[in-house]
Amino acid sequence: METENGTTLKTPARAIGVRVDHSKNIIEVQDVFFSYDGKTNVLKNITFTVHPGDYVGLIGPNGAGKTTLLKSMLGLLSPTRGEIRLFGQKISEFKDWYKVGYVPQKATYFDAGFPATVEEVVLMGRYAKRGLFARTTVEDRKLVKESLKQVDMWEYKKRLIGDLSGGQQQRVFIARAIVSQPEVIFLDEPTAGIDRQAQNDFYVLLRKLNRELGLTLVLISHDIERVTNEVMHIAWIDRTLESYSSPEEYLRMRKKEQIVI
Amino acid sequence: MIVAFIAPLIGIFLVLRRYSLIADTLSHVSLAGIAIGLFLGINPVLTALATTVLASLGIERLRDSKKIYGESALALFLSGSLALAIVLLSLAHGFNTNLFNYLFGSIITVTEQDVYVIAFLAVIVVTLLLAFYKELVYVTFDEEAAQVSGIRTRLVNIILIVLAALTVSLAIPIVGVLLIAALIVIPVVTALQLRKSFIQTVVSAEIISFFSVLSGIIVSFYLNLSTGGTIVLIMLAIFVLVLMVKSRWFT
Repeated sequence: METENGTTLKTPARAIGVRVDHSKNIIEVQDVFFSYDGKTNVLKNITFTVHPGDYVGLIGPNGAGKTTLLKSMLGLLSPTRGEIRLFGQKISEFKDWYKVGYVPQKATYFDAGFPATVEEVVLMGRYAKRGLFARTTVEDRKLVKESLKQVDMWEYKKRLIGDLSGGQQQRVFIARAIVSQPEVIFLDEPTAGIDRQAQNDFYVLLRKLNRELGLTLVLISHDIERVTNEVMHIAWIDRTLESYSSPEEYLRMRKKEQIVI
Repeated sequence: MIVAFIAPLIGIFLVLRRYSLIADTLSHVSLAGIAIGLFLGINPVLTALATTVLASLGIERLRDSKKIYGESALALFLSGSLALAIVLLSLAHGFNTNLFNYLFGSIITVTEQDVYVIAFLAVIVVTLLLAFYKELVYVTFDEEAAQVSGIRTRLVNIILIVLAALTVSLAIPIVGVLLIAALIVIPVVTALQLRKSFIQTVVSAEIISFFSVLSGIIVSFYLNLSTGGTIVLIMLAIFVLVLMVKSRWFT
């Protein structure tokens, strides 16, 4: 994997959309319905497919079911109807969870008093691959170092996670997600509550992961303007899938329909 | 000494998961177990062990089903088992002095059989802790992400609470039913004040625990004081000391 220089990073990710491998499916969502209480459907009839190398933005109003959809794709919630497949396997039978990285919504993460250093947090991302009684190996350490360097947080390795700024914590959680060498990363509003500069840096980092490492990204965001500039596909969710399209198409539709989200 | 070693290991996960009160609840449950044991004439440590493990599974089930809040489940078990203990004790009056020892702990009540039971339990607890250490850390830090990474969080939660139950049963003869929670929680809370890495926090809690238990036993022996009470007071003194030193440094 070659490292590209900083200038090429400025090209929007979708400009290299040709790199998406349409012959394979990473995520298949088919006719998915979800209901918490058995009466009202939070999600209705949602179908779409994500291919390797894709960068998908999930957008929609509050309460539109974005997080519910994301959690269903992660196997944290089971759809009431329909089917979700990861890497071609039914999610209930899917075992290769190290292929999947997850960066949860910031507020729900953890409490700031948790006594763990940056290094320890990232190391957790390696746990799934190891069996019971397993000890940290040299390879684990090496991968933790690589991941932290990838997100520019290596020099903070001995700091407590609770002592970092929101943007820095977010980078550490990205490092934890990539340390298991996944093929796809799910992010739930990763930039909420982070200052503008840190948000920019964060999107640059995501672009780098998508383009240089070929990671597939699925991202929930409220920042529609920003997301439409970054991703290759926009899944517009409002209980149902309103549209699944390129960002340009999405913006055209929005203009035409004059719908305010 | 075994208890001094194990209690903080379990404690760190309980405290960080905001489960501190589980130790307290389980200790009350163990009281009901002791009452059953004394009532039926079986070794009370064994009956306490059985009831706490069963209760811990029940608590976890209730909490997991989300039918009632976690704290409510604890309150149910806490008051329920205390009620059972009181009723059983009122049925049979003959064992008041013995019960006092179980309530407040006394090395003198420890029989040879108890020592074997404790040693056996300790081996189980340490083995399980070693086996699931990584999983426990991850689940404690971020349950959802742990689940996504393929860890069976429900199993880990059950293991944690059963370990807590075992630890409570272990600690009964030393500090007594009423002070077990202190042994599990205080060293960890003190160590957390130091704001160190996870491993360093565990080690600090261990040092505090060992020191308190050892010095507590010695002091209580020479001054003829209650062992459990002395240990807990020493722990609290260390906690206050740490807080004072910290506020002097940072103000």
